[in-house]
Amino acid sequence: MNSQDFQLLSSIVRDRSGLVLTEEKVYLLESRLTPLARQRGMNNLEDLANELRRSNDERLKEEITEAMTTNETFFFRDTKPFDIFREHVLPRLLEARSTRKTLRIWNAACSTGQEPYSVAMLLKEEAARMAGWRVEILATDISNEVLEKAKAGLYSQFEVQRGLPIQLLMKYFQQVGEMWQIDSSIRAMVKFQKKNLLEDLTHLGTFDIVFCRNVLIYFDHEMKARVLNQINKVMADDGALFLGGAETVLGICDALKPVQGLKGVYTSAAGGMIAAAS
Amino acid sequence: MTSCLIVDDSKVVRMVARRILEDLKFEILEAADGKEAMDVCLKGMPDVILLDWNMPVMSGIDFLRTLRSTEGGDIPKVVFCTTENDMAHIREAMTAGANEYIMKPFDRAIIEAKFSQVEVL
Repeated sequence: MNSQDFQLLSSIVRDRSGLVLTEEKVYLLESRLTPLARQRGMNNLEDLANELRRSNDERLKEEITEAMTTNETFFFRDTKPFDIFREHVLPRLLEARSTRKTLRIWNAACSTGQEPYSVAMLLKEEAARMAGWRVEILATDISNEVLEKAKAGLYSQFEVQRGLPIQLLMKYFQQVGEMWQIDSSIRAMVKFQKKNLLEDLTHLGTFDIVFCRNVLIYFDHEMKARVLNQINKVMADDGALFLGGAETVLGICDALKPVQGLKGVYTSAAGGMIAAAS
Repeated sequence: MTSCLIVDDSKVVRMVARRILEDLKFEILEAADGKEAMDVCLKGMPDVILLDWNMPVMSGIDFLRTLRSTEGGDIPKVVFCTTENDMAHIREAMTAGANEYIMKPFDRAIIEAKFSQVEVL
């Protein structure tokens, strides 16, 4: 692939999603976009780039962005953040919201839905503590394709075996042919919506807990700062933000700070969850 | 070192599992059917057992029931690893005292996930 074509394709992806593709990611671009070019009757990425120069087709740009931003995910990814959620973050917020009895959770960049469904199952397992509470789980992604899969809640045998305990598979899944479908009671707990993390999100309201794990790693410094500031705007001052193991707010966003003793959890620098710690 | 008994009548499956588990620093024992596995256990209980279902001489489910009614047989964590991939078999295995369940084919990621689920990793 020549460097002008690479520049064109990577700038489309960057402008629309924030995803930064450096020259060494050429292989990723080729493996993800070649099938898309072929679907449209083109031979290769050169044709695809020329088609874009010719037509400036918005729909095509969107498909390219979707193809590049689809990322792997699994149930209860990394385990530990979910333990922290259940044992530390949830109890603190249940106490802090005990009069209002509502909890709003946002899964940013939810991909095919394993993370919001993990949160939903976890809350279902905590039914005794959650009695009388109204919990809203909003899961968003930039890609329509992954959102369709997420809504259907259908997963392959491989997908249900990475991170999902067998007890939860038995409890919350039904076998549908070769696939496994998550129970409608769990699906009903999660609302899926198409959202770009770079657009204005303040209309989504205020969230108590935000999951944005393994998203920032794909962004450059400027994009990371933009996304973190966006999250900060829609997160309660005593709310909790979960980032991936290789991610941080330090040196990127002064409005957020790590919560002492809870790895991967961040809160508002103005007050913050730490104030509720005993 | 944590010990793992791999029970499968397929030499190839045993070899694939051995490679993954040795890489994860397990000490490996092998058996080709439930009867052989029981003999190994009676000499000394392993920490974890990766167990096939369909085998000649003694099946995995029969082995599991025998193991769980044997003195000290409640110690090993048992992870089924079988082509039986329907809910009825999963329920039967869990009721008989299995701790986790892998549906073949498996890969390293699945072994790691399931072994950490039963807290041997």
